[in-house]
Amino acid sequence: MEAQLQQLKEEVLQKIAASSNVKELNDVRVAYLGKKGPITDLLKGMGKLPAEERPKMGALVNVVREEVTTVLEARMSLLQEQAINEQLEKESIDVTLPGRPVKTGNHHPLTRVVEEIEDLFIGMGYEIAEGPEVEKDYYNFEALNLPKGHPARDMQDSFYISEDILLRTHTSPVQARTMEAKEGQPIKIICPGKVYRRDNDDATHSHQFTQIEGLVIGENIRMSDLKGTLSVFAKKMFGNDREIRLRPSFFPFTEPSVEMDISCFKCGGDGCNVCKKTGWIEILGAGMVHPNVLEMAGYDSKKLSGFAFGMGPERIAMLKYGVEDIRHFYTNDVRFLSQFHRTEV
Amino acid sequence: MLVSTKWLSEYVNTQGLDPKDLGEKITRAGIEVDAVIDRSHGMTNVVVGYVKEKVKHPEADKLNICQVDVGEETTQIICGAPNVDAGQKVIVARPGAVLPGGMKIKKAKLRGEESNGMICSLQELGIEGRLVPKAYADGIYVLPETAVPGESVLPLLGLDDIVLELGLTPNRSDALSMLGVAYEVGAILSEDMKYPEVNYTESDEKATDYLNLKVDAIEENPMYIAKVVKNIQVKESPLWLQHRLMAAGVRPHNNVVDITNYVLMEYGQPLHAFDYDRLETKEIIVRLAEEGEKIVTLDDQERTLKSNHLVITNGKEPVAIAGVMGGANSEVHDGTTTVVIESAYFVGGSVRQTSKDHNLRSDASARFEKGVDPNRVILAAERAASLLAELAGGEVLAGTVMVDELDKTPAEVVVSPDFINNRLGMKISLEDMTSILSRLKFDYQAANGLLYIKAPTRRQDIKIEEDIIEEIARMYGYDEIPMTLPVEESKPGGLSSYQAKRRQVRAYLEGAGLYQAITYSLTSKEMSQKFALETAPVTELLMPMSEDRSILRQSLIPHLLEAVTYNTARQADTVALYEVGSVFLGETESGLPHEQEHLAAVISGKWLDHSWQGEKKAVDFFVLKGIVEGLMDLLGHSSELTFERSVVDGLHPGRTASIKLAGEEIGVIAQLHPSEQKARDLKETYVMELNLAKVLDKEVEALYYAPVSKFPSITRDIALVVDSEKATGELQAIIQLSGGRLLKNVHLFDLYEGEKMEPGKKSVAFSLTYFDPERTLTDEEVVNAHNKVLKALAEQAGAELRG
Ligand SMILES: [Zn+2]
Repeated sequence: MEAQLQQLKEEVLQKIAASSNVKELNDVRVAYLGKKGPITDLLKGMGKLPAEERPKMGALVNVVREEVTTVLEARMSLLQEQAINEQLEKESIDVTLPGRPVKTGNHHPLTRVVEEIEDLFIGMGYEIAEGPEVEKDYYNFEALNLPKGHPARDMQDSFYISEDILLRTHTSPVQARTMEAKEGQPIKIICPGKVYRRDNDDATHSHQFTQIEGLVIGENIRMSDLKGTLSVFAKKMFGNDREIRLRPSFFPFTEPSVEMDISCFKCGGDGCNVCKKTGWIEILGAGMVHPNVLEMAGYDSKKLSGFAFGMGPERIAMLKYGVEDIRHFYTNDVRFLSQFHRTEV
Repeated sequence: MLVSTKWLSEYVNTQGLDPKDLGEKITRAGIEVDAVIDRSHGMTNVVVGYVKEKVKHPEADKLNICQVDVGEETTQIICGAPNVDAGQKVIVARPGAVLPGGMKIKKAKLRGEESNGMICSLQELGIEGRLVPKAYADGIYVLPETAVPGESVLPLLGLDDIVLELGLTPNRSDALSMLGVAYEVGAILSEDMKYPEVNYTESDEKATDYLNLKVDAIEENPMYIAKVVKNIQVKESPLWLQHRLMAAGVRPHNNVVDITNYVLMEYGQPLHAFDYDRLETKEIIVRLAEEGEKIVTLDDQERTLKSNHLVITNGKEPVAIAGVMGGANSEVHDGTTTVVIESAYFVGGSVRQTSKDHNLRSDASARFEKGVDPNRVILAAERAASLLAELAGGEVLAGTVMVDELDKTPAEVVVSPDFINNRLGMKISLEDMTSILSRLKFDYQAANGLLYIKAPTRRQDIKIEEDIIEEIARMYGYDEIPMTLPVEESKPGGLSSYQAKRRQVRAYLEGAGLYQAITYSLTSKEMSQKFALETAPVTELLMPMSEDRSILRQSLIPHLLEAVTYNTARQADTVALYEVGSVFLGETESGLPHEQEHLAAVISGKWLDHSWQGEKKAVDFFVLKGIVEGLMDLLGHSSELTFERSVVDGLHPGRTASIKLAGEEIGVIAQLHPSEQKARDLKETYVMELNLAKVLDKEVEALYYAPVSKFPSITRDIALVVDSEKATGELQAIIQLSGGRLLKNVHLFDLYEGEKMEPGKKSVAFSLTYFDPERTLTDEEVVNAHNKVLKALAEQAGAELRG
């Protein structure tokens, strides 16, 4: 009987090894370990053995049964894993197919530049001031030390609505209005907005464009404060290794007036096509607020002083992104707009 | 202003500086040098030639074969210029020369005849055509007989020179003269000035015996002087004078006119020469013109004058428009023997008005407009007299005919050195300050801790303390200004709540797939009110540049549609744009239009397009509506938001809704009218415009969180059959009102209209969610609430429960 058991064991192990899928193996389990299988038969047949041999034989059968079961379980989990793997293989996809696009738009490049500048100055304690695009001659010119008859305010250069009302030619009237409203109190503002000039639209001119200006008024505001502020701006906007230089210039609303150049961000100052081989790029105009402008807004120009600066986001965007024609900003070609999607730096 | 560095160095020592370095120093000190122009353009091998012989080319009518002595040899050159002739000294570009246009001169054969170089015009040497003397404008240039064959022509023509082009700001009119530039350069380089020579012998006759002068408009013309020079010979000016004028951008004419222009460039004082005999009356009267009075000017144009135009007359008729242009009747000509040289101070505003009215801007009017130096009026006249004696053989009559009521007092400025340093944030010593004032040739006195400064009259821009601060700073060097930041009470900066919300609106719309557009505010009459939410009287330009840009817009939609049309015409299959911008309505009390910030969006083409998965969907009304709903949710107004059918011109009559917040109309959303779509060649296009200012200014409730409940909610669906016209929004409102406290959410999940329905009916299915945050609801409570809803639907909307 022992030999019979041994033979049976060999036979089952062989069948287990030979089964190639879960179903076959289950058949083996049912055939050999089931209630009607040969091992059960063997146990049933033990009644014929002498009583003293029965425990020994019973134990032997159980050992074989456990041994076979262990092998079978191991084989079963192997085959099951194989079956799953086959199934998953059938479910495989072409991972190189394009994903479902997440369609998003983006800021207009001018807004991108304006917000970057706004945020930079907000970080230095500035507020954003806005004002009307249709302005009174007084705020656009007179309050800025451009009295009637001043050559810089020729009718030819402005869009007048009536003798006293025009489309603002710069965002400076927002400064004049803010000064008037603040009644002698300190000021720290940035004024972005649309402005208008009588120009024929071409690659470098646009009858409508954008400006962003800054104004600081307080006790003992010095020209060195202007220079320091502009340097911080230049480094944050155009890179930490930017240098600035001031050149004397003229604006009716500031005295002294300056123009600020930055060292070329493309060539670093060696000279290239962006900086027209000079190593410097003109970025903005600035100056100390003219005492006439302060006095007209009710500030005592002997006690308080201030600085102002102004620049064109179009020019900055053109320089930064290499845009060659200002009209691109107003055509709204999606092939243009969509290029200002991603982050920088 | 074009400044020949050679000419400049006659008045100030430029220390042998390379003109480029000199230009850089001038720029850094405040006058921008826009360009450094090498007049030689690097030319070599361009020499004087002597035309020994000229014969016609046998094969070509218009060509001549010339034998030209070029110093080392006599060589054959073919020349096509009509004015070439034997016996002339000419400009010869020899083989190997490269001319300014890039032309390389080589030996060549022209119709079988050898040509060893080219006989040149001035234009071919890089001189602008408008500057070439008329006699040589259409041919080669003929050099004086004294020119030596074989020598380089560059020094002869003043082309061995570098010109600085100054970009002058309006305040620096003092630099509109060579002397003014010399003062500036002298200050920069700490060099002294050399003044032009005035040296002539006066005749025994007196100028006042020849000419009577009267000024009847002293306000417009506070100073007028005249010199009389007789026995002059009108001829070509010497070459040095001609090429200096050309370098300065002035065309040479004859010696008399050239001298007045030369002194204009030298002193910045415009002069005018009259032919004394042609004046006829021995009299000059300056007065305002009579309205409608006429004069024929030097350019042979008849001009009609106004009563505010200042004229010079001979007592009978105008002979010049003061400061603007002379008259043809008194012009100097080849036979002129006696001239009157006018030097005057005409007031800027008067000249500006006159030159504008006649659309005549000249070197003279530009200088008068900005104000000439009162102290140079006489100096310039004397210099001109001296040059006429020297170069035209003139005899200068004794004395000057003069009316002078001009105030020549210099401006006085008192400033403390501390004030200068405080404003600059610097510590410049008093010695450095006074040294700068000396270099600038400003009169000053330092006393009582103050500087008492008298600005020279040539610097009319110096009036107040700040002007002195600028002078000191620019001469000291802006590079020396330290960098500091304002010292002040520190206050946080930031956006206003409106500005912050506007940024969120942009970010939301871009996240939803729309690109931000910026379009023009000016539009045509036709478009100004099209699609407008609200119309009001328009704001119109007085002098528009074109009809298309003549009126301020009252809606953002027309220009956005233009952008959509532009993109669609260029194969864009989806265009989704939004714009935030102002519209301009009517007039406020201040006289300005009411500026209202609006938001508009336009979508056209495909919305979903994931083609390989077969998903495609064109934009429709509900895509855009969903964007608006999401926006109002973002801004905290979704519970007040409703849409109501409405009608707007140009929009689809069945697919237009007004957008309302708490019952108040704040916008419109619609499909573009199919005829408008067709006109623009667009597919279905949807538009939306909101009064953004009104939305952003609306108060929003504070944000508090509602506890997330542990208790389950219960959902019941209802399917209803209603009349087709019944708006689902109305049904939803009935459900919401009748559902009571426990009804938390209603959502439409099915809509069917079609064959399977009775005609005129549609099926609508809603899902209703009941919920109590404090406990689990019983069936009975839900059934009660739900029955109330069903009853209300049946009673108020005639809805039948389906299935
Ligand atoms: Zn560069």
